[in-house]
Amino acid sequence: MDLNAALYGLAGGVLIGASAGALLVFNGRIAGISGIYGGLLNKSRLASGDGTWRLVFVAGLIAGGLLLRLLHPESLPIEYEAEGGWAILILAGLLVGFGTRLGSGCTSGHGVCGMSRLSRRSLVATPLFIAVAMLTVLATAPLFVGG
Amino acid sequence: MFGESNDPATSASFASLSRASLYRNIAAFAVGLVFALGLGIAEMTQPARVIGFLDITASRAAWDPTLAFVMIGALAMYALAYRLALGRGVPVFSQILEIPTRRDIDRRLIGGAVLFGVGWGLSGFCPGPALTSLSAGNGAVAVFIAAMTAGMWLHGALDRTLVRTATAAGAAP
Repeated sequence: MDLNAALYGLAGGVLIGASAGALLVFNGRIAGISGIYGGLLNKSRLASGDGTWRLVFVAGLIAGGLLLRLLHPESLPIEYEAEGGWAILILAGLLVGFGTRLGSGCTSGHGVCGMSRLSRRSLVATPLFIAVAMLTVLATAPLFVGG
Repeated sequence: MFGESNDPATSASFASLSRASLYRNIAAFAVGLVFALGLGIAEMTQPARVIGFLDITASRAAWDPTLAFVMIGALAMYALAYRLALGRGVPVFSQILEIPTRRDIDRRLIGGAVLFGVGWGLSGFCPGPALTSLSAGNGAVAVFIAAMTAGMWLHGALDRTLVRTATAAGAAP
């Protein structure tokens, strides 16, 4: 096992949990990325003035990405090529967008914020989407890896 | 002039209201930034690392446990913050803790988790790392985000249509 990757993983996780926790302590909000970003598509939310902080949060994510590009570009998918081609990539994006809104959360909202609160819904959703993702990777291995 | 007030109490509370909203936005920006740095340090912004964790039979490369360590670090910190938030009772820059209270396991939760799982497994991207990775300047990431946004919009449109249909059906004699 790669000890460095494990330590960087742990350190990254601490930053993720601490920043998500800060959003709760300071703003009283759950740091679910699909919910925050998806809320930008809701006209009535935007009309009620609930859009600005969402936009600013996403700007923060992108600013963080730019900082990574300067400091640690290896962490970004600069050379990324979709394993299964463009059609699969678009299908994946549609499923991630639709699924996270339908299921009210993604890896951050259910996985981090929900599970550490021992939320019943998140404790069901998180193992389920991880298991389904594992099965998907398993099922597509012969197609994408040719093995 | 109508709408303006010279009452010092009213203008003071208005000033503190807009100051609180400014602080909330600064906090949201800082949280987004640190969150993205965390994802990057853990390399969760590399779809190959995520796929490496999901690939339990190591069909592509040796199994990569990094994502599990990320979750351990994140869950521990968030659990602490959650206790702190509950202890305070009121957030620093706002009036209410907006914590989800639902406990029902419904078909939407299950169906949504399944669809998300398929999309995550197909690409190695979930919403946070995808948005953070926009800065990679890779066209494929932008295409993924466009498709993800379309999927979210589609859910909203379908949801509104279903609600309208249900309301119409309920109103019928």
